This record gives sequence, C-alpha cells and structure tokens, in this order.
Amino acid sequence: MNHVTPLLPWAPELNGAAPAAAPARPAPAAGEAPAPRQAPPPVPPARRAPGFLAGTFLAIRLAWRQLRSEKARLASAVAGVMFACVLVFMQLGFRAALFDSATQLISAMRGDLFLMHPMTTASFRPEPLPRVRAHQALALPEVQAAVPIYLAQATWRNPADGSRRTIQLVGVDTEAGVLDFPGLAPLVDALKRADTVAFDARSRPEFGDVARLLAERGPFEAQVGNRMVQVVGLIEIGPSFGADGNLVLSETNFRRIVKERVVSAIDLVAIRLQPGAEIEATRARLAALLPADVIVLTQPELVAWERRYWEEATPIGFIFAFGSLMGLVVGMVIVYQILFSDIAGHLKEYATLKAMGYSNGYLRRVVLGAALILAGLGFVPGFVAATLLYDVVGAGTFLPLHMDAERALGVFAMIFAMCAAAGLLAMRKLRDASPADMF
Amino acid sequence: MTAPVVLRGVSYAYGEGELRRPVLREVDLTVEEGEIVLLTGPSGSGKTTLLTLIGALRAMQSGSAVVLGEELAGAQEAARVRLRRRIGFIFQAHNLLGFLTARQNVAMALELDGSLSERARQDRAGELLAAVGLADHTEKPPARLSGGQRQRVAVARALAAAPGLLLADEPTAALDKASGQEVVQLLRELAKSRGVPILLVTHDPRILDIADRVVAMEDGKIVCTTDTGETPAQVVMTKG
Ligand SMILES: Nc1ncnc2c1ncn2[C@@H]1O[C@H](COP(=O)(O)OP(=O)(O)O)[C@@H](O)[C@H]1O
Ligand SMILES: [Mg+2]
Repeated sequence: MNHVTPLLPWAPELNGAAPAAAPARPAPAAGEAPAPRQAPPPVPPARRAPGFLAGTFLAIRLAWRQLRSEKARLASAVAGVMFACVLVFMQLGFRAALFDSATQLISAMRGDLFLMHPMTTASFRPEPLPRVRAHQALALPEVQAAVPIYLAQATWRNPADGSRRTIQLVGVDTEAGVLDFPGLAPLVDALKRADTVAFDARSRPEFGDVARLLAERGPFEAQVGNRMVQVVGLIEIGPSFGADGNLVLSETNFRRIVKERVVSAIDLVAIRLQPGAEIEATRARLAALLPADVIVLTQPELVAWERRYWEEATPIGFIFAFGSLMGLVVGMVIVYQILFSDIAGHLKEYATLKAMGYSNGYLRRVVLGAALILAGLGFVPGFVAATLLYDVVGAGTFLPLHMDAERALGVFAMIFAMCAAAGLLAMRKLRDASPADMF
Repeated sequence: MTAPVVLRGVSYAYGEGELRRPVLREVDLTVEEGEIVLLTGPSGSGKTTLLTLIGALRAMQSGSAVVLGEELAGAQEAARVRLRRRIGFIFQAHNLLGFLTARQNVAMALELDGSLSERARQDRAGELLAAVGLADHTEKPPARLSGGQRQRVAVARALAAAPGLLLADEPTAALDKASGQEVVQLLRELAKSRGVPILLVTHDPRILDIADRVVAMEDGKIVCTTDTGETPAQVVMTKG
C-alpha cells in the first residue's frame, strides 16, 4: 500500500501509516533480518489526546449520561446528599442560633465601653466589682458618663396562669441614657416611678402574653420575687441560654426586689464617651487607670467574651460539630454506595473503555465527575429545604435561625468534599475493571 | 517496513511458582499490512491470551512483540494505553455502554482524539454507522438493537478511530448463523477497503472463508498455517 502525507489524521485510508513509520526493532530471539537502515520514513503525527479541560468535560459528560440513565438510583443518591445537606445546615444553624441567643442580652446593651470583673464567666453568673470603679472611670475627660449595671435572676409569676419561672433582671439608671435597649427610650419616665419594670417582648411565651395584657389593660401588676411591680412597657432583648426572659428596671427598683444585694457590689459598668473620643485609646487609658479587678471591653468584645464561655465551657459546640460530621458521614456512605455499585455494575464497560485506550486517570475523572454532579444536584434542594426549615423551626423554637451566604458556601464546600471523598473511595473499585479479561 | 504485528518467541504463563502454568510457548507470528488472519484452535490453547498480549491489554513476559511499530516487551502502562488507541477491538460480547446511544458509543472511540470537534465526532460516528448499515438506528441504545445490530455497532466503534489493526475474539460466538455471517462479511469489506489488517480468533468454521490466512494453535504453540490464497490450501508446518 502506498501512503501519502495524511491530510486528515483520522482518514481511514491512511491507517496503515503508523506501522510503516515506526522504526523496526530487531527481534532478539529469532535471527531474522534486522530493520533495514533506510532513511527513516516520515513519522505520522501522533494522535493528540484531548487537553485536560476538554478531557475533563468529556469525562463529566460521560458521568452525567451514566447517572441519568438510572433515574431511581440517581434519585436516591440525590436524596442522600440532600439529607446530609439539610442535616448539616440544621446543625450549623442551631449552633449559630444558640450562640447568638446566648449573647442576646449582651448584644442588646448598647454602650461604648464596659467594665467587668475578669472572673465573670457569663452574664447570668457575674462576679461583682466595686461600684466605685464607675466613679473612677469618670476621672478621664473622654468619659462622659459611667453607669453601674446590676444583674440578677428572680422568679416571675405568669399573670395569666400563675406559674413561676426564672427571669433575668437588668437594673440600671435608665435615665442616664448610657445603656440603651431597643424600645427603652419612651419608657424612661415611667421607669422612674417606684416598682415599675419594662418587660422583654421577645421573652418565651411561658411568661404569659404580656404584650396582649398591656395592650388590653395598659400597665398592670405582676409579681417578681416577693414584690408586686407594675409592667409599664415593652423592650426587645430576646431569650438566651441563661435566661428565658428579661426585665429592665431602675437601680432603685432592682434593689427593692433583690434585697440581699449590697449597693456597692455591681456587675457591669457601661460607659459613654464624649463625642469624638477614640474608643481604643480611651480603653487603654482606662485599663491603665483602674485596678486589676476590672477589665475594659468594647461591646463586640463583651459579646465575644460571653460567646466564648458557651463555646468553650459547654459541650454545645462539640455536640453540633459532631452532628454535622455524622450528617456528612452518612451522606458520604450513601454517595459511596451509589458510585460503588455504579462501577461494580459497569465493570465490563469500564474495562472496555480501558481496552479502547482510556487511561485510569480519565476513568477516575468520570467517577469524581459523578460525585461532584451528585454534590451539586443534592445541594440545591438541600439548601432550599434548609431555608424553609429555618423559618418553620425558628418560629417554633424562638431561635434566631437565618440562612446566610457564608454558611451556604461553607456547607457547599463540605458537601463537595464529602462527595469527592466518596468518589475517591469508590475509585478503588476501578482497579477491578481489567481490560485483559475483556476477551 | 515492519508488518503491523511481528511476534518473536512470545511465551506467557499464568500463576506463580508452583501454580505457574505456561499457556504460550515461543509463539512466532506475523500479520502483514491489510492481511486478514484467522486464529483457530481448541479451547484453552491460548488464543485469547495471545490476542490480549498483542492488544497491549496484558504485560508481556518474554519474547518480543512489535505491534504497529511499538515494542511491547517491557513497555510501560502509559505506552500500552497509547497503543490501544491505535487498535480496534471487537469482543465476543458487544460491550457497548448501555446508557449511550449507538452514535454516542461509536463517538466514544473518537473522544480520545483531541483534534476532533464534537460535531466532527458525531458526523463521523454517523458515517460509520451508515457503513455498517445502521443509518436508521443511530439514536437507539443497545438495548433496543438486535444482537447482530449491536455487534455491527461494535464493528463501527472498532473502526471509528481509524486503527492500524483490528483484533477480534470470537465476534460471532454470540450471534446466530445469519447475523454472524453478516457481521464478518461486513468486517472483511470495511477492513479491506481501509487496508486494516485483522487478527480474528474464531471457532466458527463457517467464517474461515473470509481469511487470507488461517493460523491454528494448539497447547500454546502455532501448529499450522493455512494460506487461503488462490493456491488451494497450502499447509506450512512450523516447528514448536
Ligand atoms: N486470567 C487467567 N488466569 C489464569 N489462567 C488463565 C487466565 N486466562 C486464561 N487462563 C488459562 O490459560 C489457558 C489459555 O486460555 P485462553 O488464552 O483463554 O485460551 P483460548 O482463548 O484459546 O480458549 C486456559 O487453560 C485458561 O484456563
Ligand atoms: Mg478464548
């Protein structure tokens, strides 16, 4: 046969060219004529394998065609990924919500700087500090005002059914305007009267429907500790781990309820700075000025302090991390099962592909591609379901459950990694696809 | 010019140590350009093993095998994978991918060639299917084709990437007489028109007439070569 320079590398008429072009090698055993030492024939262009990207595209397309061909198996794989996805979203959601709610009281206190005893672990269990520190802080010209805050817990009698529950009391000079809570401003005058309190409208419902009672009757009497007080209005704080509900009241009224409290032992100091004062600089000067029984914190630092207690001193963080991990493990096992049985059921086909010249690397990309397709297909409905569940569960538990982009991306990365790990595990089965056993 | 297949002293054994069982002993075989060689012999004589060695599906143990100009003795896995792309395989079972249509199955052989566009692959797969008489069945999955049709798709797939050599192991074993005949005749025609040499293992005496040469194996050795050219059966005995 005569071979001309190929115009089209794949033209069937030219396929004899390859052997002709290759240099002959002398056979060692047989004493046959060695290769004639002629001018080397033109080497035909080696067939160019697809580039990595093109090859990966083809591998993923093959994976998709294979997944698509078995609808029931695909559906169960997607359901598995979706299940893992929802589980992880719920675990992380609860975790964040509990930490957020744990710090709700602190987050609601608005002030420039705070003084706290360094041994205070959490706001519901404060270590008292001397009241005189508030006055000492005023020595700095940058400090406009410093007010002591008293924290304590007392029992609240539900005005509707008479049941008693522990409620958090926040006693502060509301008039000073240093510490602010949402909704507090219009109540300042009313709270100056004896035995008046502002009730946290977001307290758990077990405290009674105070908002409705207020709307119906106006200010009404309720029992806190052994005292009858008048509920004069609503503020917004929200329940936290340490307290299911909150009351804000004046210092004087606080001491009327918590009689054992000595006036000089306070729990926090809220500081307002002069307009334009540097928070950081003032903090440093305050820290230098005051003795070691107080630390000076900004509001975000105070929140972080409180949060760290819940993260580190309680098993809550671990519980939710463990729950998330379980979700991922279950999802991985499901995806692995599906991929594994896909390979095991198509060993002959995979071996055929190897016989045709597909490399192991290509077939691994097919398996990994299938894993990542499952990750994508499972994540989308999982995300939607989790978002809906956040609303439903959030409304039922009074936990601040919210979907945010950061968490969505984080969970997507986890699901992606989970599926990739399952794919890498399942790949080992590819070794059983032996092209030598094809004939 | 080297022939597409040149085997010299190829031996192969399965198992290790005590269990070692030689199945090929010092096999010499040459397949020339455009030649159609049939390999026959009793079951267990080592035909399939020989085919898997030539097809670079199995690593060589001893001897020399130059296939399409590549020495297979001591060849790396990557080199063998590359060589496989230049060889068309037809198996006893069609081994088509069940989740792909006939056209997509044929195109799979072309997806190893990065110089082709998706369009070119599809068109070329269509042409090949037309050449095997399946122009009307290009979009059907294997499950909706008859046995003979599936094997014809396999023929189209084996030829798609313009291989320099076709290897087939009992391609008619799973087919009835008529479709078996049809498939091998087709194979012969297409191979001849393209000048592709074929090495075909068969037990089927009905298809011996397609061969240029029939090689018989027994117990791991080539025992007789029958040239089926114009001269009536001329038998050449080779020493074992
Ligand atoms: N993978 C294998 N492992 C061990 N022995 C094998 C294997 N494949 C084939 N054999 C043995 O090698 C011998 C030759 O087999 P084979 O090449 O398939 O012969 P044929 O195709 O001529 O029937 C047989 O005895 C068979 O049992
Ligand atoms: Mg066999």
